[in-house]
Amino acid sequence: MRRPRTILAAALLALGVGLISPLPAATVKLLNVSYDPTREFYEEYNKAFAEHWHSKTGDTIIVNQSHGGSGKQARSVIDGLEADVVTLALAYDIDALAAQGGLIPADWQQRLPNNSAPYTSTIVFLVRKGNPKKIHDWGDLARPGVEVITPSPKTSGGARWNYLAAWAWALRQPGADAATAEAFVKKLYHNVPVLDSGARGATVTFVQRGIGDALLAWENEAFLAVKELGPDKFDIVAPSVSIVAEPPVSVVDQYVDEHGTRAVAEEYLKYLYSAQGQEIAAKHFYRPRDAAVASRYAKQFQEIPLLLTVDAAFGGWSKAQATHFADHGTFDRIYGK
Amino acid sequence: MASNATAIKERTPRRVLPGFGLTLGYTMVYLSLLVLIPLSAVFVRSFGSGWGHFWEVVTAPRVLAALRLSFGASLTAALINVGFGLIVAWVLVRYTFPLKRLVDAIIDLPFALPTAVAGIALTALYAPNGWLGAWLAPLGLKVAFTPAGIVVALIFVGLPFVVRTLQPVLDDLDQEVEQAAATLGASGRQVFARVILPALWPALLTGFALAFARAVGEYGSVIFIAGNMPMKSEIAPLLIVTKLEQYDYAGATAIAVVMLVLSFGVMLGINALQNWTATRHGER
Amino acid sequence: MSRLLLIATALLFLGVFLLLPLLAVFVQALANGFGAYYVAVSEPMAWAAVKLTLLVAAIAVPLNLVFGVAAAWAIGKFEFRGKSALITLIDLPFAVSPVIAGMIFILIFGAHGWFGGFLRAEHVRVVFAVPGIVLATVFVTFPFIARELIPLMQAQGNADEEIARSLGATGWQCFWRVTLPNIRWGLLYGVLLCNARSMGEFGAVSVVSGHVRGLTNTMPLHVEILYNEYNYTAAFAVASLLALLALLTLAGKNVLEWRQPELRPAARRPRDGTRREPA
Repeated sequence: MRRPRTILAAALLALGVGLISPLPAATVKLLNVSYDPTREFYEEYNKAFAEHWHSKTGDTIIVNQSHGGSGKQARSVIDGLEADVVTLALAYDIDALAAQGGLIPADWQQRLPNNSAPYTSTIVFLVRKGNPKKIHDWGDLARPGVEVITPSPKTSGGARWNYLAAWAWALRQPGADAATAEAFVKKLYHNVPVLDSGARGATVTFVQRGIGDALLAWENEAFLAVKELGPDKFDIVAPSVSIVAEPPVSVVDQYVDEHGTRAVAEEYLKYLYSAQGQEIAAKHFYRPRDAAVASRYAKQFQEIPLLLTVDAAFGGWSKAQATHFADHGTFDRIYGK
Repeated sequence: MASNATAIKERTPRRVLPGFGLTLGYTMVYLSLLVLIPLSAVFVRSFGSGWGHFWEVVTAPRVLAALRLSFGASLTAALINVGFGLIVAWVLVRYTFPLKRLVDAIIDLPFALPTAVAGIALTALYAPNGWLGAWLAPLGLKVAFTPAGIVVALIFVGLPFVVRTLQPVLDDLDQEVEQAAATLGASGRQVFARVILPALWPALLTGFALAFARAVGEYGSVIFIAGNMPMKSEIAPLLIVTKLEQYDYAGATAIAVVMLVLSFGVMLGINALQNWTATRHGER
Repeated sequence: MSRLLLIATALLFLGVFLLLPLLAVFVQALANGFGAYYVAVSEPMAWAAVKLTLLVAAIAVPLNLVFGVAAAWAIGKFEFRGKSALITLIDLPFAVSPVIAGMIFILIFGAHGWFGGFLRAEHVRVVFAVPGIVLATVFVTFPFIARELIPLMQAQGNADEEIARSLGATGWQCFWRVTLPNIRWGLLYGVLLCNARSMGEFGAVSVVSGHVRGLTNTMPLHVEILYNEYNYTAAFAVASLLALLALLTLAGKNVLEWRQPELRPAARRPRDGTRREPA
């Protein structure tokens, strides 16, 4: 009478173990923990890299992906999600892996070219076709009656780029100082009806649910939305001032050493800088670093008169994070009242 | 020796059926390992940084706003469920109509349907371009991404609790008393207010409390339809997740402690209520 | 007639709040036709999510089943002090928000949790892997089966088992031959509800999952992913599978209630077994 139960229990245990245990040696598995808008990009890139690796070494490689808000993903990795590589929205989130998780060395950013950012992006506005509310620049977003969609800077990397770009523009207005910049950003955020936790969620709210007049988006997200959901529905507006977003990548030393995947992981990231990697990035609307690829895709991107980096405009991410996004920073203040 | 044996036998309770030790022991171990100890982790982590920090976190404006919203929306939804739930239960118990069995079966849908599915479905319905949203928008009524949307989702989630609590009690009501009251000249409304309602109070309160408790912690069905605006449409469970994502464990656990204490309080209240009801019935 | 008004109100309320969302799922799922529907549910990532969901339920439900039976036996057949406290404790997971349910396992098994160091040293993955998802699901569905069986066993009393004992049956024989047949419909009922909740749990699993596509995404999480990839029809297609499961659960529930009327809420008696006599 007891036998059927024991057999069932054993079968279930075996099934469970079988599903968790690693695959045979000839197949290598990598886990790429990434931020929200890179889903489509890495789908194509992973296929290309798998072919490249197979032709180079004969091994099969499977790259598993996890996507979510950049801050949220970093937290998961610190808490035990065993990423082999992280490809996040901003350096600050990867810094946290070093500072709080002890998972990577503090000088990780110098290990790859261009501050470990193989491509860049920027912040643009996605508006309804024909731009009925006549939104041409940051100032228009704070007008009464305009609804702006952006994710929450507390969880989304893209949202932090949005916020800083708005702040940077405000600081460049005549007679501006920190106080007027804060007042402007406060007005802008009070025009925001929904705060999603990730960039993709915000895009979904804007394009699918029809909420808002303008979406503050990664450039690549905006192009992707237009491509996927109808060029006849949206327009992309490039503001006069925007920020150069440098989404960085890194291997996660502690885990690749444990998994024995360091060589593959490092090659995976290096390949992002190769001609083919850059080509795929450009196809997915990232601004490539490679000059040749960039010139070929130049027409695809809009000219933004003034592009600033975080270092130049804000003194670096640590300072920006502490001033704006940490507890009691400016973001908390504009929502506190 | 014999008298000692008898004495021992008389002191220990005689159990005819075996297995008490085994089952109770297993129950306690399983309960402790899977529920009690994990739950204690919340309290330990939260007070690990001291009572002062806990208080500071919990009284921050954004946290208070989220708690107010969660509890306020749950209260509203539970009240609406009590009102309409009573009507539904009444109709199901007292009347017959075509497809009644089907209607009765579908009451449990929120019980069986995954919260995420309910979430995206409700959002699709009430967004400005959704079936209901498009109809309400010209009237100036915005539901999705406002606290109203949260209330709608919580109504969905809590409905079966009220109806299923009321049905057996309504069923048990002795209609002779109502008929006697009518014979003595009471109007329909008076019969309802003076005869039926008093008998229903405990069940109404229980159903309300159950629906309320369920609504307060709800995440999946609300997260898609809520606006997530800090201070306005951000529910407490989302704030917990947000704080977790910012490595703010002390903050996340502090909010969790408040929610747990309040929910446990409600639950104890429900149990006490049910015991009181049972005693009342016993007295009759 | 006020009767008609009440019926109409009730039906309207139910139609708007219950029926419309259900319809919306299926209509959106089929918006691009059956072909797209089939592709959406048989796509490898969706299929991996289905398998994981089934696996998690296949572990969580039996675990809670054994617990439910043990707890109901202890509570239903014996008297002891602290019984109602125990019942309240068993109900605790109902009062815990799913997000908190997920968080507690991160606090214990996460890299910076109580057992974090130990688990890392032994290379055992709990959170952000399948075991964590199973634990969170077990927690959330903990009381379902126990709650069905306890009142049932209490109502049924000890008479049958005592007779069996007096005829010489051992404890196990008592259980298998006497108790189990008596409670089988209640058991199935509890299993049905427990299963529906296990497969549908979202909040708790979302916190512990890690969202690794194809590996740690259950069906509800996969629905969210598809939704976030602008693939609404596919999201609703997978959601419709879950909705079908819900409808099957409801149907099964009704069949079981018909088989054993004691399960029906209408026939359920107060916990102390008293019953109001008709005047």
